[in-house]
Amino acid sequence: MSLPVAAPPSRWQNWQRSLYRFRQSGLSIAGLCIVLVLLVIAIGGSWIVPFPDHISGGINTAARFKPPSSLYWFGTNELGQDVFTLVMAGARVSLIAGFGVVMIAAILGGLIGALAGYAGGWIDDVLMRLTDLMLTLPSLILAMAIAAALGAGLDNMVFAISMSWWPGFARLVRGEVIAKKEDLFVQAARALGASDSRILFRHVLPNVMSPVIIKMSLDMGFAILAVAALGFIGIGVKPPTPEWGSLLSLARGYLPDYWWTAIFPGLAIFFAVLGFNLLGDGLRDLFDPKARR
Amino acid sequence: MIKFILRRLVLLVPVFVGLTLLVFTISHILPGDPVKLAAGPQATAEEIASLTREFGMDRPLPQQYWHYATGLLQGDWGQSVLTRRPVAADLKIYLPATLELVFAAILLAILIGIPAGLLSAITANRWPDYLTRILSLASIAMPRFFLALVLQLVFAMSLAWLPLNGRFPIIDLPPPTVTGMLTIDSLLAGDWLAFTTSCEHLLMPALAMSLSPLATITRMMRASTLDVLQQDYVLTERALGLSQSLIILKYVLRNAFSSTLTVIGLYIGWLLSGSVLVETVFDWPGIGLYATKAIVTQDFMPVMGVTLSIGFIFVLVNLVIDLLYGVISPKVRYQ
Repeated sequence: MSLPVAAPPSRWQNWQRSLYRFRQSGLSIAGLCIVLVLLVIAIGGSWIVPFPDHISGGINTAARFKPPSSLYWFGTNELGQDVFTLVMAGARVSLIAGFGVVMIAAILGGLIGALAGYAGGWIDDVLMRLTDLMLTLPSLILAMAIAAALGAGLDNMVFAISMSWWPGFARLVRGEVIAKKEDLFVQAARALGASDSRILFRHVLPNVMSPVIIKMSLDMGFAILAVAALGFIGIGVKPPTPEWGSLLSLARGYLPDYWWTAIFPGLAIFFAVLGFNLLGDGLRDLFDPKARR
Repeated sequence: MIKFILRRLVLLVPVFVGLTLLVFTISHILPGDPVKLAAGPQATAEEIASLTREFGMDRPLPQQYWHYATGLLQGDWGQSVLTRRPVAADLKIYLPATLELVFAAILLAILIGIPAGLLSAITANRWPDYLTRILSLASIAMPRFFLALVLQLVFAMSLAWLPLNGRFPIIDLPPPTVTGMLTIDSLLAGDWLAFTTSCEHLLMPALAMSLSPLATITRMMRASTLDVLQQDYVLTERALGLSQSLIILKYVLRNAFSSTLTVIGLYIGWLLSGSVLVETVFDWPGIGLYATKAIVTQDFMPVMGVTLSIGFIFVLVNLVIDLLYGVISPKVRYQ
């Protein structure tokens, strides 16, 4: 008589177990909630804010510097614009910019890392030394310099930040590609006569996607922070674009009397970054059980 | 050990050459004409041409790079197009101010982070632990420039306990310059009043900067303490009757140093670069503020100087930290 042997957990069971863990983690759920609220606000845009005309630069000088009230939840600024409206509108700017940064960085860094890892030899040496050098440069100053040279605008700012962001992705993807390229399925594809580019793009890269996606979600919060930082310095987005960093920077001049013009944009940055960080941590645990501590 | 240091120092040469080449290339492929900007809107074509010649920007790029790189070796870091001041002289003034800020931030992060992480680990899964963990999660998400504003709002504007901004009151006489760091210089001069004044100015910006490394040190300290406390040798020591505090002194803190060193290595470049934000809020006359002014006017040389000096410091600090690992941990051997 043979003893019943427990079947190894199927992929579906593993997935369910991870999902259960995610649901059990209050912080991950909190992160998910914050991010969902942000998404709703960003998509809702001008439909859900009390004063839609303020987003496009409309002013109301009769209501300058009103403190928070039932009409103006977060008070009004020096132009009589509703701070609540501006902060809500800023969610869209920050999310788009943050996503743009991690997306460009992941694609550029991913291509460089994949090429280095797959080709090996001197190509690997050259690309990785370049990546290491980029990592030693001060990223914020580099992004500021590129953004200033390209001129104002959200797209220029996103491009500038991603130019200092890609090295992390390059190193990650290179390591993953090196680990995967000797796998049996890659050798099988090669034996069947697949070209190098086909092996890389159809077989290797799809298999290194999950750490890249985890890093993208972990980086999203910091990308939003970097966008706000550039806005705060005054490089990149210019008013009337309601960007949280530049709102905060404008409000600096009106402290301490009109504190609400600064506190609410600042809190918005804080909660957005916190939300993405918590969600990113949760996703990492979900997809990568090895990283759990 | 000496062979190891020498080899690492030799390896720094290509890194430094690469850094200068990279920074030079980036600054020259970016659009923008600093000379035209510096000459002003009313400048004639001849004036611009003569300025371009004066700064050597009419020469071929490889020649410009060679001139720049050989100049660096002789201590000539170029000249600001706008102020006409040599960059090296400017860096000598502004770099110590930023370094003072960064060192103070790291010191604060260590002084608060190690006890906080220890407390968190000892009270694992009880309320002091939860509180510390939530605070450190929040610290990582908190924008430094926002915290800096809140600190100003509370401690300078409302309570008036600390000075709003700056490094030293203009009306007071600063201590004679030795290191360029006012706290150290005032101690060297034995000027107690100047020391407390500069500490008062330093406290808020350093606190705002320390937040991120503080949170990381706390988290790493918690993890490594929990790890060490579960080791067999600690269990043995405990069975032999050693007290908890002695175990912590003997094993936990020793392990803490290497993880703290790692954090410092990771953060030093980040803090130097991120000082831009805090320096902007507090009007702290360091390289961050200097770089920002230069970036806005597209003045290449100061930006290249700041970028390179941060890169050099980052590489050197990490070399020193690699060497220190071996001093504090016998597990590390140099090869």
